[in-house]
Amino acid sequence: MRIKSPKDFWAGLMFIGFGVFFMVWAITHYQMGTAVRMGPAYFPTMLGGLLAFLGLLVLIEAFAMEGPKVPRFAMRPLILISIGCVVYGYIMKPLGLVAATAALVFISAFGGHEFKWKEVTVLFLILIAFSILVFVKGLTLPFPICPAFIENCPIR
Amino acid sequence: MDILHNLIVGFGVAISPIHLLYALIGVMLGTLIGVLPGIGPVATIAMLLPITFNLSPVAALIMLAGIYYGAQYGGSTTAILVNIPGESASVVTCLDGYQMARQGRAGPALAVAALGSFFAGCVATLIIAVAAPPLAEVALKFGPAEYFSLMVFGLVAATVLAHGSLIKAIAMVVFGLLLGIIGTDVNSGVLRFTFDIPELSDGIGFVVVAMGMFGTAEIIANLEQGEKREIFTSTVKNLWPTKDDFKRAWPAVMRGTALGSFLGILPGGGALLSSFGAYTVEKKLSRHPEQFGKGAIEGVAGPESANNAGAQTSFIPMLTLGIPGNAVMALMIGALMIQGIAPGPQVMNEKPELFWGLIASMWVGNLMLVVLNLPLIGMWIKLLTVPYRYLYPSILVFMAIGVFSLSNNPFDVLIMAIFGVLGYICVKLECEPAPMILGFILGPLMEENLRRAMLLSRGDPTTFVTKPISAGFIIAALILLVIVALPALRKKREEVFAEETK
Repeated sequence: MRIKSPKDFWAGLMFIGFGVFFMVWAITHYQMGTAVRMGPAYFPTMLGGLLAFLGLLVLIEAFAMEGPKVPRFAMRPLILISIGCVVYGYIMKPLGLVAATAALVFISAFGGHEFKWKEVTVLFLILIAFSILVFVKGLTLPFPICPAFIENCPIR
Repeated sequence: MDILHNLIVGFGVAISPIHLLYALIGVMLGTLIGVLPGIGPVATIAMLLPITFNLSPVAALIMLAGIYYGAQYGGSTTAILVNIPGESASVVTCLDGYQMARQGRAGPALAVAALGSFFAGCVATLIIAVAAPPLAEVALKFGPAEYFSLMVFGLVAATVLAHGSLIKAIAMVVFGLLLGIIGTDVNSGVLRFTFDIPELSDGIGFVVVAMGMFGTAEIIANLEQGEKREIFTSTVKNLWPTKDDFKRAWPAVMRGTALGSFLGILPGGGALLSSFGAYTVEKKLSRHPEQFGKGAIEGVAGPESANNAGAQTSFIPMLTLGIPGNAVMALMIGALMIQGIAPGPQVMNEKPELFWGLIASMWVGNLMLVVLNLPLIGMWIKLLTVPYRYLYPSILVFMAIGVFSLSNNPFDVLIMAIFGVLGYICVKLECEPAPMILGFILGPLMEENLRRAMLLSRGDPTTFVTKPISAGFIIAALILLVIVALPALRKKREEVFAEETK
């Protein structure tokens, strides 16, 4: 057996994985109920089974029909963009909007093709000014601007 | 005349200064993101959704709708001048529009695209005004069985019309349905698939998923392609098309409008499908098919009218049935729910000013687009020279602010990043994210209606085929599936999509 269509192969495996997981988790954790009074497990079990079945069909197709290879993953932007977002979220409360925005802009800019400190710094300054003026002052979103440990922050 | 009276009410709402302002903001933003490649209306509307909480429902919807149809206008500018679709629905406009620009006829191409879109927008507005009330009337009689079957039909139609493998599209819908039911089960109060994470008890936010799948995933995919953008620098002059252009363009505009209006109403339809369909039709009907791809004005007029018509008529199922036909409409429903309005046929009767105000604003918005856009084209061209390395960190900052402000919880940003990775994997494996998003929003609704229908029928599943309306939807869904599954037609469908994406 040779995998003829790698894209379908991995897609099939992904669907089977998620389908089986949802089905098994629903059956083992929640009440099934009856068709008249469906319990919380009924619908997810049906759907999970259906997803696994569809995944199986895709998997079979992967062995039957020629298909394209899975293109290479661009790991650098994938990792840096994702990390940038997560860091932004988790340092917002302790360190404030300025630090969070700086982290997001610089980390995500590292994920691009070229990185110039000067350019990115200017971009950051524009974005932070815009964020503070429009979102915090204008739309009054309750974001802390400065780190929580600085008591006398010049910008409030 | 009832419709006339209603439209007068609507225009009364739409031309009040505050609503004019929001319509203007909406269409300008829409044009902006339409012009800029790499950011579409889905991500933009998702970004702005949290902010609309501070607006009135009418203002919020008017602005968000403006973004969607405004993007259709903007997308054509980039397609014609740069040969890159600024918006996915203008992919086919590149084919002939760019060729026209190379022949020094960028002006007429832009003008025909804008005027065709305006005509389509006017017609589509009228169609909504005429078709929506009777549809809502019918929808009021729907019970849970009918709603369930309708959603099945909608999801099937969405997969049939999606690009690529049919099975994968259906699997993505089912995957979306499963992700949609994460959270507290309404009937039993049981927490499902929450894994003891308190933030998941309300389910995963739709906005967060949409931003991840369409926002961050899109940015990552764009970054790997590198920066190669050649701008067609010929100055745009002679905006006005010649007499011959008009003669050739107006039948194409009419056909595009008709086709787009129809395809927009279908579940899974909307701007993208309409423009593809219109291009194929124009090429088939033309007496000079060999001119297509070499600067045929019909190839710009047809698709550009169709995508605007489709963008607007896709509001019909959302406004009358409360069922989203595409990802943008799913976000509109999200916007309604943020405002505490339950989407469905009752909206028209309970909130006439919202319903008719929105419709009238579409016409007003279209007028603004035509009047403002042609003179402003120079400004939009300037924007295209902004490199992507400045754009994407800015987009990320706005997305992160939007997501974080949903509930001031870093967890939402984490989920967005996770769905960004998932969306990127899906792109790599050729699994369309759009059907998944539809499934995601319909998941809880479908389960709810299935349970109610089964309870009412005492566990008899034949209830879905013995009720006439419900049976009609199920049969229609089956027919669609069979048609697409037939080998001959399946090949044809693949051919059509292959030809269009070349």
